[in-house]
Amino acid sequence: MRNYFKYAVVLFLVVSLLALGGIGCSTKEEGGATPTPAATPYKVGALFASSGFNSTLGQTQKPTVEMLVDQINKAGGINGHPLEVIIYDTKSDTATATTLANKLIEDGVVAIIGPTSTGESMAVKTITAQAGVPLVSCAAGSVIVEPAGNNTWTFTTPQLDYVAIDRIYTYLQEGNITKIALLTDTAGFGAAGRKWLVNQTMLSKYGLSIVPDGDQTYGTSDVDMQAQLTKINGTEAQAIVCWGTNPGPAIVARNMRTLGMTIPLFCSHGIAFKSFIDTAGTAANGVIFCAGKLPIVDQLPTTDPQKALLEKYKTDFDAWYGSGIANTFGGHAYDSLMMVVDALKAVGPDKAKIRDYIENDIVNWPGTGGVFNMSPQDHNGLPRDPKQAMILVKIVNGQWTWLQD
Amino acid sequence: MLARLRSNWSYLAIAALFVVLILAPFNWFLGQYTTLLIFIGIYTIVTVGLCLLMGYTGQVSLGQAAFFGMGAYISAILTTTYSFNPWLAMLIAAVITGLFAYIVGYPIFRLKGNYLAMATLGLGLIMWILFKQLNQVFGEPDGISGIPYLSIGGFVFNSSFRRYFLVWAFCLVVLLISQNIVRSRTGRALRAIHGSEEASESIGINVNQVKVKILVLSAVYASLAGSLFAHHLRYIGAQPFDFLASVKLVVMAVIGGLASIWGAIFGAGATHVLSDEVLLRFGDWDVVVYGLILVIVMIFMPEGLFVKLKELFERFRLRYRQRGVEH
Amino acid sequence: MSSAQFVQYLISGITLGSVYALVGLGFTIIYAVTKIINFAQGEFVMLGGLLSFTLIHRAGLPFVPALILAILIAAAVGAAMYLLAIRPSRKASVVSLIIITIGAAIFIRGIAGQELTKDFVRLPSFSGEESISFLGAHIDPQALWIIGTMVVVTIILHLFLNYTMVGKALKACAINPVASSLVGINPKTMALVAFTLASALGSIGGVVLAPLTPLNYQAGIMLGLKGFVAAAIGGFKSPVAAVFGGLLLGIIESFVVAANWGPFTSAYKDAIALVVLLFILLVRSGRLAEEERAG
Repeated sequence: MRNYFKYAVVLFLVVSLLALGGIGCSTKEEGGATPTPAATPYKVGALFASSGFNSTLGQTQKPTVEMLVDQINKAGGINGHPLEVIIYDTKSDTATATTLANKLIEDGVVAIIGPTSTGESMAVKTITAQAGVPLVSCAAGSVIVEPAGNNTWTFTTPQLDYVAIDRIYTYLQEGNITKIALLTDTAGFGAAGRKWLVNQTMLSKYGLSIVPDGDQTYGTSDVDMQAQLTKINGTEAQAIVCWGTNPGPAIVARNMRTLGMTIPLFCSHGIAFKSFIDTAGTAANGVIFCAGKLPIVDQLPTTDPQKALLEKYKTDFDAWYGSGIANTFGGHAYDSLMMVVDALKAVGPDKAKIRDYIENDIVNWPGTGGVFNMSPQDHNGLPRDPKQAMILVKIVNGQWTWLQD
Repeated sequence: MLARLRSNWSYLAIAALFVVLILAPFNWFLGQYTTLLIFIGIYTIVTVGLCLLMGYTGQVSLGQAAFFGMGAYISAILTTTYSFNPWLAMLIAAVITGLFAYIVGYPIFRLKGNYLAMATLGLGLIMWILFKQLNQVFGEPDGISGIPYLSIGGFVFNSSFRRYFLVWAFCLVVLLISQNIVRSRTGRALRAIHGSEEASESIGINVNQVKVKILVLSAVYASLAGSLFAHHLRYIGAQPFDFLASVKLVVMAVIGGLASIWGAIFGAGATHVLSDEVLLRFGDWDVVVYGLILVIVMIFMPEGLFVKLKELFERFRLRYRQRGVEH
Repeated sequence: MSSAQFVQYLISGITLGSVYALVGLGFTIIYAVTKIINFAQGEFVMLGGLLSFTLIHRAGLPFVPALILAILIAAAVGAAMYLLAIRPSRKASVVSLIIITIGAAIFIRGIAGQELTKDFVRLPSFSGEESISFLGAHIDPQALWIIGTMVVVTIILHLFLNYTMVGKALKACAINPVASSLVGINPKTMALVAFTLASALGSIGGVVLAPLTPLNYQAGIMLGLKGFVAAAIGGFKSPVAAVFGGLLLGIIESFVVAANWGPFTSAYKDAIALVVLLFILLVRSGRLAEEERAG
């Protein structure tokens, strides 16, 4: 009986060898390359969470890259070489991300941009570092690039996680608020934020304290937060800080309206999406959140160094993908890719040189997230001063309004 | 004649299998799939345990990812925060996970069929929630990073190439041990229990004890696989240990044919090749195709793809026979 | 805790619990008649919400007809799932059937994401958004719709099962499939009815939930799980038990948050529900084992 086992194992192996051999050639999704016969393409890899629980953040990243590649190649490529970006979907899964990272390295890419989330980035960075491939992540976890000395091959373009909290807490302090309550998502984005929100050093810095029973959480798929809010309603909290991505904060906003709660609600850039306003309806009005400048680009003064770039991104993306969808997370992909592109322009397809370029020559570099100044000690490059790094947006009459303070 | 033909073929098959496994990670052969093969090896170890539990003993576990996760997390925590020797950590993880399975096993196995499935599902989910929530212990939300490589003396398993052999060495040892169990008295006891628990009791088999033992064994396997997983990825988050992960493990076991030890390689392999290579070509539709394939395979090949292939192979052999070809 | 707060917790628990109950009813009906746990049950809630939204916004249908059509379509999907995926599996094992329903769930979820929408959708509230005051607590009017629908559905179901031919046949099949086939009740037809009915119930849940909280194509996973726990608490036997299970689950979740005792913070409310489930399973394990053998 058992002899046949071995048969079929062999059969399987033969079949899978054939399958792998045959399939292995064409599983890549290419990012709009228009190769010219003479010049060899410059290959860059990209890992985004286009599906899975991080897909809200990752959704606009792939189309942003595809759009940029199209623009670049139509304009003649990089020094005549077409740009080829191989984009894989990590499905928000860390193990998949590492497998795909390895694949990209085998595919011969000179740099990798992404992944979308901190977890995936943490898993991928050891692989890319070991292979000597620069990684320009689109995730906000400070652990990804700090300390820079331990992360020589890793960079990241979003404002770091604690900066967002700094921004909100600065505003609270200036508003003479001392007692707050938290309502955070137990997963990913929200949980990462909570880590900093409850950090004692952070709280003391701004003279804040979390009221007893004020540290509440909700599950990503929860449909109702009234119980948690009722709890908070019975405390002395003067404001609620909610960290998470849609639909959680939208539900929180609506529940607060239902319960007749009047204290202000502050959120993270996780709600910098039109869908927040759509799903929260009138309850969205009055909510204040921190973000990069993209949501209120039309309200920026013409002297702002990022305004032209942001407007172009927005217009181009509206035309490419659909109106009103461009968001700051797609912007991080923009920044990551363009840094690599600039490096390629300057030093060509050399992994170590690209790394060096990004570390040393990305100075006073305007991107969608801000003006970057990378250095050997700082692999993020954005200001740590919260007021310089992020702005505040208030939703008024269903529109994003720049809250200047 | 028949016997000699059979054994010739089987030696050939084993030899071929080993040759392929040994040559696989070289760049001129299957080198670019080394990482994929490492994952297949790791998951095969878990799958074998499930095969023993579900196929031979006839129980159900929809929460196996919990054991996998425990192995991974315990290894990760001990080697990072407490700087334990990774091998020692792996051993401790296996012991703790096994103990946990032992404690949980007796009450759980009073349930049968659908209710057992529910209970294991519940347990798996509870563990997953704990992994996500107990930040002080399990390091979420950023997970646990900086997990060191495994090493023997000065030889560090710091490349995919080296880890491939490590993982497959473990895997083959596990397979051979399980093969032995199946052919031993315990194996016969397992099959007896699958056939009829009351009958087994009546001939003196302590059914509950055997069931729990196999659960513990499968948990230990899963834990070892989890540790290998941690030392390979060097970063652990809660995501690979959710309900869908447990489902995937069951699928691997079923596709490989529940009552087949070597089929576990096939099950783990086919599932991974499917999701990592084949489904990629469908872009956004990959999930839809995956669901469809699951349904179709389960309807038409409930004993597993592997077993079906064996059957087909058998039929060809017999037909070949019947044409009167002589050796 | 003040009395107003108590009422608030109770109401939000009952609201959530009603949704869980509707999903749980579906699980119970299918399990009672066919002994299958349908892991795709949660997806029908999702379909109810997403289909309604799509019919209103893409097909331009008026509100009420869109809702009704959405429920009918979902019911049809349920029937199709039974005919195409379950019936052909004949005497498949417990494990195979579980995997089949999971595969079907993944399939339905994927198609919904691709064909309907990947965004979160919300329907307009049935009767406005002004919250209603009740014993010091505030209630969103949609919550009343949810609870009310659940009550009405349960009553109708009860009448159906006990006073109509089809309903009684269904009940008979649940109690004793062998005997019922002997008196001419076709178990396959009953299974079809069960699946169709369960999907309809799930989608009704989705339709009343969508105005209260945004749903997307992945909403079915968690709701399915909770509905499953609700049905399990109810013992998978009678609709009333499932409703009781759902309400109990919702209330427990709400009060776990309220208590906020030591380690049992709101983050663990899901785990608490599962622990309750395990506890009930283990406590009744003796009787359940006998039922498995007999059924």
